[in-house]
Amino acid sequence: MKSWLTTTDHKRIGLLYFWTAFAFFLVGGLEALIIRAQLASPSGIGVRAETFNQLFTMHGTTMVFLALMPLSAAFFNFIIPLQIGARDVAFPRLNAFSYWVFLLGGLFLNASFVAGPLFGAGRLSVAPDAGWFGYANLTSRQFSPGPNVDFWLLGLQILGIASLAAGFNFVVTILNMRAPGMRMLRLPPFAWMTLITQFLVITAFPVITVALVLLMFDRLFGTHFFLPSGGGDPVLWQHLFWMFGHPEVYILILPAMGIVSEVLPTFSRKPLFGYTVVVYSGVVIAFLGWGVWAHHMFASGLGPIADSVFAGATMLIAIPTGVKIFNWIGTLWGGQIRFTTSLLFAVGFIAMFIIGGLSGVTHASAPTDLQQTDTYYVVAHIHYVLFGGTILGLFAGMYYWWPKMTGRLLSERLGKVHFWLTMIGMNLAFFPMHLSGLLGMPRRIYTYSPELGVAGFNLVSTIGAFLVGIASLVFLWNMLRTHREPVTAPANPWNAATLEWAIPSPPPVYNFTVIPTVTNRLPLWQTERHGPMAPLPERPPTPIHVPGGSWWPMITAAGLPIMAIGALGRFLPVVFAGLLILIVGIYRWAFEPFEM
Amino acid sequence: MSEQQAHATTGTYLRVAAILVMITLIEVGVFYVPAFQSALVPVLLVLSAIKFALVVMFYMHLKFDNRFFTFLFGGPLLLGLFVVVSLLFIFYGSVRLRTGM
Amino acid sequence: MKYDTDTHAVAVAHGHATFMGLDSRKMAFWAFIGSECLLFGSLISTYLVYKGRSLVGPYPHEILNIPFTSFSTFDLLMSSLAMVLALAAVQRGDMKQGKLWLFVTAFLGLIFLGGQVWEFSHFYHEGLGLTTNLFGSTFYVLTGTHGAHVTVGVIWLLTLWVQALRGKLGPANAMTVEITGLYWHFVDVVWIIIFTVVYLIQ
Repeated sequence: MKSWLTTTDHKRIGLLYFWTAFAFFLVGGLEALIIRAQLASPSGIGVRAETFNQLFTMHGTTMVFLALMPLSAAFFNFIIPLQIGARDVAFPRLNAFSYWVFLLGGLFLNASFVAGPLFGAGRLSVAPDAGWFGYANLTSRQFSPGPNVDFWLLGLQILGIASLAAGFNFVVTILNMRAPGMRMLRLPPFAWMTLITQFLVITAFPVITVALVLLMFDRLFGTHFFLPSGGGDPVLWQHLFWMFGHPEVYILILPAMGIVSEVLPTFSRKPLFGYTVVVYSGVVIAFLGWGVWAHHMFASGLGPIADSVFAGATMLIAIPTGVKIFNWIGTLWGGQIRFTTSLLFAVGFIAMFIIGGLSGVTHASAPTDLQQTDTYYVVAHIHYVLFGGTILGLFAGMYYWWPKMTGRLLSERLGKVHFWLTMIGMNLAFFPMHLSGLLGMPRRIYTYSPELGVAGFNLVSTIGAFLVGIASLVFLWNMLRTHREPVTAPANPWNAATLEWAIPSPPPVYNFTVIPTVTNRLPLWQTERHGPMAPLPERPPTPIHVPGGSWWPMITAAGLPIMAIGALGRFLPVVFAGLLILIVGIYRWAFEPFEM
Repeated sequence: MSEQQAHATTGTYLRVAAILVMITLIEVGVFYVPAFQSALVPVLLVLSAIKFALVVMFYMHLKFDNRFFTFLFGGPLLLGLFVVVSLLFIFYGSVRLRTGM
Repeated sequence: MKYDTDTHAVAVAHGHATFMGLDSRKMAFWAFIGSECLLFGSLISTYLVYKGRSLVGPYPHEILNIPFTSFSTFDLLMSSLAMVLALAAVQRGDMKQGKLWLFVTAFLGLIFLGGQVWEFSHFYHEGLGLTTNLFGSTFYVLTGTHGAHVTVGVIWLLTLWVQALRGKLGPANAMTVEITGLYWHFVDVVWIIIFTVVYLIQ
């Protein structure tokens, strides 16, 4: 127990990230199922309007910040140091700090479900209820007098710190901790996409931090940053939010693209088609991703010039994305394909992401977007890219790396049940939303008129959502049952090419007995140009120093939610107590003897 | 990379400090001279950009250090500048549209 | 690839050479500074977007005190000079000079902070509170965020100074001093921009 609380081992932190994020994924999924049950018929099952608002807000916030980002982070932590031939990340304690901040921030956010009595709210739940992008002036004191929005803005500030700390850590890790010979264009595509993602994190998160701080000033201290009554402009919130929010969607999708770019070559027995182009398209996507935020805001009336510029830039993104898709298909083309569950999910990713990408192109055009804004069509789009894209990609990664992470193989039979149920379920759930949206069903309504003619589509969506729920339970069972099995996975069960497969499954605490020297991009494969690298010695020839654990990352992290609790209750002594813990933690951390 | 021989010396630091103080004096001077009012904004922006560059190049050693650090700092800096400029365009552009000026 | 001599020494002291031959902490810190550019970029954008949109006074030209702030600017520039002198002294092992300049840097930082406290309370008495108008809100949040950064920097510098007094800071820690310096100079360049954008361009 103590060794897990104080761990600085990237592999353990990766597993902690994985299980925590998966638990939040189930919570977010449960919220989705209640939403869908309510919408199955026009009059619903009796969920009240306020509860419904909380459910869709927390579903979006949980899935984006507590499930998808940290599930990607689980793979960053576990896999990246192994892929680049390192013994750990550049800053192991900072890594532990990121995890604890994420965990505590997530718990803080979800504590709002039961914190009502503490605020005399008259109901149990005071969860955030202003939507996951918290538009002003819905978030103002006037329209949201309770603590709900405070939970949201404080929780997201805490989670932002976790992401930023991890961002600096992985930028340095990938650039500086590479094994000798691992030049940039020998980096595995997943490491490349992770690097690009971290650059987006460290540039986008400061912007949302500023937006949240300004909102906090409005709510706690009575300023008027987003309140027209004092001259403020609610549209500024939209700009600041989406300036973060659009890079954020690439933060969510690029890691999944990286995973797919690892899985497809392995199970096609072919190197990734056009590796360099795939890498550069990732860079171009990230770069363009910074210049398109206002396409979320066409309905706010930006004027013809801004509309045209942002519409054009958005359409440009289809080019590098299309390039990637053709390269993935080119990788499969003529390969010796093995239809493992991992490959099925990767192929499913390509197909579903194309649908999501195409509906995305339709939003890029300002006139059509005006028809789609705030309808279920947008909900369909976001779920095709974030579920059909990110989650299917993450599932591909889970089946692919599970043996490396645990030393056990997931059942392929259950895996295929999981895959087909997920595919059928998600298409049933999300495809009809395009139609109900175009027929005029607004998002975020808890009942609707039977005359709208969308009841049938909604029923189908609900059935699909429950199929996805069953599929997730099958997967959960698949994961849990492997824990009873012996650790028998071979070092390289899939015959993959990258360095993480050169060491035992699960890897020893020091990862590599000897740091390998890399001479090509596919070190474990026999290709036309080179043979596989020599196996590493089974035992380390010289003793390897492994850094010990530390309590201070966790203690320092605990200061942040305490400060947030103080701000929530308007009780300054608690804020100062949290600050004190933070400062003491930082000092003890800085002066702790910790050898790397 | 042969920069390491060209490390800045105390003399350089003092000269840079003198230039920084001089530019600041010019800035404040320009601010008070009525004749400059029309060109005030561009002149001040250029002067502060020069100060910014001097501190970053000499005091933060980017001129002598590895180029990669320049990239790590310069990339986000340009992005930040892009954010400021585009927001100004959007807001002042839309104000003009709304008021019909 | 040749190594920068200082960086290489630290990398070796850490027990392993890094791939790029650059110190990991320094690289992380430059990434952090890059990130801070976006933080201050967003705050400055907010200030500029809301410029001239205050519904009631006091307005900037009625209240900003240019001579006083020019002195603060001069003070912060001089602290940057003291910082590079401190770093140069620590790098060549002259801890006597190192201690002196570290202290001078922190002291000039404290003067700046004192000036800011005086300025804020003066404005407050003139009728400009945080919630008075958009100018007050944007001004206090922008300069206050900068002031918070200066505060962290002063505490950091004083910590190093105390370490130096206790004989625990030497040329082997030159990288720590260098990183502190990067932070300090960055805070200084942010002020260079704020001085121009907020105070001089009214």
